[in-house]
Amino acid sequence: MNRDKRLSADDYLKQDVYDTASNGYIVLTLALALILNFLPLPNYILLFRPDFVVLTILYWCVQYPHKMGMSVAFIMGLMMDVANVNILGQHALAYCIAVYLTLILCRRLRLFNTWRQAPQIGFILFVMQTTMILIAVLGGFRFPGWEYYFATVSGSLAWIPISLLLSVPLKQKPDPNAL
Amino acid sequence: MKTAPPFFRHGPGPFAKLIVFTCLSCLLIVEDLRFKRFHEVRQIIGTVIFPLQRIAYAPTFIYDEVRNFIVHFNLLEENTKLRQQFLENQEYLLRFHTLEAENTKLRELLGAIERIEKSTETKTILAEILYTPRDPFSHKITLNKGIYHQVQLGQAVIDDKGVIGQITRIYPFSSEVTLLTDKNHSVPVQVLRNSLRSVISGTGKNNELELRYLSINIDIQPGDLLVTSGIGGVYPPGIPVAVVEKIEHSPSDDFSRIVSNPIAGVDRNRQVLILSMIQSSVEIPPEAKN
Repeated sequence: MNRDKRLSADDYLKQDVYDTASNGYIVLTLALALILNFLPLPNYILLFRPDFVVLTILYWCVQYPHKMGMSVAFIMGLMMDVANVNILGQHALAYCIAVYLTLILCRRLRLFNTWRQAPQIGFILFVMQTTMILIAVLGGFRFPGWEYYFATVSGSLAWIPISLLLSVPLKQKPDPNAL
Repeated sequence: MKTAPPFFRHGPGPFAKLIVFTCLSCLLIVEDLRFKRFHEVRQIIGTVIFPLQRIAYAPTFIYDEVRNFIVHFNLLEENTKLRQQFLENQEYLLRFHTLEAENTKLRELLGAIERIEKSTETKTILAEILYTPRDPFSHKITLNKGIYHQVQLGQAVIDDKGVIGQITRIYPFSSEVTLLTDKNHSVPVQVLRNSLRSVISGTGKNNELELRYLSINIDIQPGDLLVTSGIGGVYPPGIPVAVVEKIEHSPSDDFSRIVSNPIAGVDRNRQVLILSMIQSSVEIPPEAKN
C-alpha cells in the first residue's frame, strides 16, 4: 500500500463536501430506523435483520459526537424495550455501552473509509449483543443460541449502505462557478 | 486563584456519562424484574411509539387491501364454496344441538350439577397482530386493540385452531399477549381421550410445551389431544391447546418429561380472536371477598 500518496490539487477539488446535519434530519432518520425495526416480518427474517436503530445512532455518533450522546441512545433503548416487550433497560444499557465505545473510537473510526469501518462496528455490535444476552440470562431467560449473533454480522454489513444512504442528502452540490 | 474559563464547553466525559446511565439502567432492570414497577413508564412510551408501529404496519395493510381487491374477482366461486361448507357445518351444528340436549338429560339423570350456562358464553373481539418482537427472549406479541376497544387484562387469545395465549398488558390502543410458549405461562388442560387434568407450561422454546410433574405411570400417549379444562375461569373449556409429541422417562427422575406441540399457529397468524368470559365459572362468596 502506498502510504505516501498525496492528494493532488485535482483530487482535492473532487473531494465531497458535506453539510452539517440539522437536528431535524437526525430525528427523522432515528424515527425511520425505529419504523424499520418495527416492521412485522416472519421469524427467520427477523433472525438476520440488523438493528437499524443502533446503526443510525452509531453513525451520528461517529460523525457528530457532540450532537449524539448517551441520553438519546438511552431513550431509544427504552422505546425498543417497550416495543420488544422485554426487561425495561435491557436495550437502553446495551445502546449506552455501544455509544460509549463509539465515542472512544470515533476519532480513529473517522480515519477509515466506510468499508474498513464495518468490522470495527461489528465489534461494537458484538459487545452490545453480549451485554443484552448477559442481562437476559441474569434475568432468568433461556440462552437463545448462537444464531442470535447473526444480527451482528448482518449489522456490520448493513453499516456500509446505511452510512452511504444517511450521508446522501447532506452532500453539497458542486458549484461550477466556485473558482 | 481563578482558573481560566475553558475554551470549549464540555459536558461530563463519556466514562462519567456511561456510569450514570449504567446505574440508571440497572435500577430500571432490577425494579422491572423484581417488583414489576414502572407500569406507567411503559404506558407512556407505548403510547408514544404507537404511531410508528402503525406506520411500520402500513405495508402489510396495503398488501392486504390489494389482495382483497384481487380476491374480489373470484368472489362468486368462493361464495359457492363457502355456502357448501356452511351446509356441512350446519349438519355438525344440528348434531351438536342434539348431543347437547342429550348431554343435559344425562346429566340430570346422573344428578350432576348442570354446568352454569353463562360460563361458556363468551364475547369476542377480532384483533390483528401489530408487532412481533425480534428478540428471541420474549414470547410476546402486540395486538392492535387496547383499552379503548374494551380489551381487559387476563383475556384469552385464540386463533382458528386453538389457544395462542393470554393478554398480560394493555395500552390505550394496543395490548400485549404472552404466548403459550413463554416460560412463565401455564394453561389448565385436560386430555381429551380420558379427561385427565393437568397444567401445561411453556418452555421458552418455539413450538414446545411441557406437562410437568406427572408421574411415570400416567395414562398419556403420543398423539393425545390436550384441550382447555375451563378450570380457573380464564379459558373457556374445550379449546384445543396442544398435541403430545413424546414422553421421556429418565431413571433419575420421579416424573416423566412430556413434550407437546401447540396446535394454534403461535408464531404464524395475523388475525386472532380475544375471548372474554362474561362471568367466571366460580362464584366468589361474599365472605371471601372481604
